[in-house]
Amino acid sequence: MRHLLSTKNLSRDEAILLLDIAEDMSDTQLREVKKLPTLRGKTVVNLFFEDSTRTRVSFEAAAKRLSADVINFSAKGSSVSKGESLKDTAQTLAAIGADGVIIRHAASGAPQRLAESRWIDAGILNAGDGTHEHPTQALLDAFTMRRRIHGDASRGKDLDGISVAIVGDITHSRVARSNLWLLRTLGAHVTFVAPATLIPFGAAEWPATISYDLDQTLSEGRPDVVMLLRIQAERMDAAFFPNEREYSRWWGLDDERFAAMRSDSIVMHPGPMNRGLEISSTAADSAQSTVLEQVTNGVSVRMAALYMLLAGEREGA
Amino acid sequence: MIDTILITGATLPGGSQSDILVAGGVIRELGSIAAPAGSRRIDAAGLVALPGLVDLHTHLREPGFEQSETVLTGSQAAAAGGFTSIFAMANTLPVADTAGVVEQVLSLGQQAGYATVRPIGAVTRGLLGEQLSEIGAMAHSRAAVRVFSDDGKCVHDSLLMRRALEYVSSFDGVIAQHAQDPRLTEAAQMNEGSLSSELGLKGWPAVAEESIIARDVLLAEHVGARLHICHLSTAGSVEVIRWAKARGIRVTAEATPHHLLLTEDLVRSYDARYKVNPPLRRDEDVLALRAAIADGTIDIIATDHAPHPSESKECEWDSAAFGMVGLESALSVVQTALVDTNLVGWNDVARLLSATPAAIGGLIGAGAIRAGAAADITLHDPSTSSVFDVTDLAGKSVNSPYLGRQLSGSVRYTLHNGYLTLDDGLVVPAEVVAASARAGSQMEMGE
Ligand SMILES: [Zn+2]
Repeated sequence: MRHLLSTKNLSRDEAILLLDIAEDMSDTQLREVKKLPTLRGKTVVNLFFEDSTRTRVSFEAAAKRLSADVINFSAKGSSVSKGESLKDTAQTLAAIGADGVIIRHAASGAPQRLAESRWIDAGILNAGDGTHEHPTQALLDAFTMRRRIHGDASRGKDLDGISVAIVGDITHSRVARSNLWLLRTLGAHVTFVAPATLIPFGAAEWPATISYDLDQTLSEGRPDVVMLLRIQAERMDAAFFPNEREYSRWWGLDDERFAAMRSDSIVMHPGPMNRGLEISSTAADSAQSTVLEQVTNGVSVRMAALYMLLAGEREGA
Repeated sequence: MIDTILITGATLPGGSQSDILVAGGVIRELGSIAAPAGSRRIDAAGLVALPGLVDLHTHLREPGFEQSETVLTGSQAAAAGGFTSIFAMANTLPVADTAGVVEQVLSLGQQAGYATVRPIGAVTRGLLGEQLSEIGAMAHSRAAVRVFSDDGKCVHDSLLMRRALEYVSSFDGVIAQHAQDPRLTEAAQMNEGSLSSELGLKGWPAVAEESIIARDVLLAEHVGARLHICHLSTAGSVEVIRWAKARGIRVTAEATPHHLLLTEDLVRSYDARYKVNPPLRRDEDVLALRAAIADGTIDIIATDHAPHPSESKECEWDSAAFGMVGLESALSVVQTALVDTNLVGWNDVARLLSATPAAIGGLIGAGAIRAGAAADITLHDPSTSSVFDVTDLAGKSVNSPYLGRQLSGSVRYTLHNGYLTLDDGLVVPAEVVAASARAGSQMEMGE
């Protein structure tokens, strides 16, 4: 794999291979010495134009456990915030010999722009771009589901027949998009649940079921997985919904809805959570919740992604 | 300097063959003509002779944004594309909202000499959409402004638009509206649809254009004024214009070459060369625009030539500037999209790209190849097909969406006021053109 920009163009075989490598990586993380020599001598840059300590730290841990040299290049206080262009930054990173660039950017498509430009030859890993995609989040979500469902027999398996309800601000969520494409590739069925304002325009053409009614989806669909997305207060100002109370009343996973769920279903959230808004504490802290597993699995999945992009001779490089 | 040019064996827009004798800046004679002594002969066998092309929608960027384009370089791009008259949009710095600025642009155009440069005046002061600009002063200035537009911005205040429509009719003017509801397009990046949602780019809904056009044709009807709509981009806009024309409303409409050929699918690359206002739309919109040109609902084709420096395009999509250069490629794109597809003939091209834009803009005497008319002539070779290349660009900026794309036909010669501005595919040097222009204006004063 040359770059990881999106889950849309991942094949089923590629996705399963990546998840299987993540299983191997996860096994190594149970050992006393967690560090592998795989990427020794490689330079990985964490290029974060948007603040996200959680994601940056996860990538940093993944790269370091593979023995890569990690350079953190965050926009705040650097030349980037002084108006340096993406192009100039990319050329600077090329000049210092970056083998891989993990980029988080507020502008959709910025990672693809880097990958397809001639500014830099490094492998590009999308760590979240605008409202476009966040492929490693989707991969760690799929990894987490697969483990919960198939346990130790996960290797080689897909998610055929699994039903996933993704609830919340789909319109502005790169996580929802990456999850949809990947889950479909792996054979799962996806339902987006949100008020109509938070369903992307034209999503009827996507391979997802659209629902405005969480109660109906939970009671009739009996989904295997319910994934809640973070609701941002600024959406209220832009008239996406009237107020928090109304949102949580109709689309929040409160105690009552949680109690009515199948006891073997899974509750997921990419974090950070608004407890009491999109998810109740009971649901978030329950045995059905995978919130902390998602964080742990994130490191294994990102190790696998870095391994696939950077280990050995890079194709086309 | 050779004053007399004989063009031999040209195919006129209607299809007949003719020689064309040009002398003293004027077309002297059509038919079968013996070469006068000392004349320059241009063999136009196989070339289509069109009346010099007229662009009602050009951004020349001067004054204020000379790093992107100047009146000189923009009119060189015009010559390369076969244009002999260009209407310069008002969104310069300072804005063309006073007689002083429009006269400055007029003079720069006259000095350059590649084309007739007609300034467009701003509708509102500073393009701010708050107060009318000095429309009367611009109309009565040496630039004799007849077209007024806040292009780049929409005159969105309904009352101000009504007043503007009424006021310019006092000066036989026309408002050219950039139809874009500002609230519906805040931070918008590309056509709104499932693709914009997939790419995570903020959507620019068709209704943001269509609702303004619908309002404005009703306003034009109410006050009995003339209205021109810039760069129609959606099938719905075509329907509104069709309805308005059937109702007898005095509205004219324009489409750009890029909206006749390119679709939103190109945005998948996130290559900002495809970022434009209004945005590239769907296949069905392109087909509706082409059909509307064929049936006369859309009156003209105008380039919306919008030069930008490379750093405004070599960046992430959200930060990139809107717009593409279009003068040099316009005729080839029109041939590719409309002529090769048998939707229109060369007679229609002459109407769409010369006669009608001249009429809308109040450009007297332009738009026809006939004896006695000013010798503005474009000789186009429709038989070629080639990959459009950066060397085909003659302006200052290279933000063309056609680079690397196969296009039909090529402009070989452009004559403006009887002298060559494009000679066998090469732009004639600036000092030669400027000298021809000076000689021409002295002769005019002498006559
Ligand atoms: Zn415009």
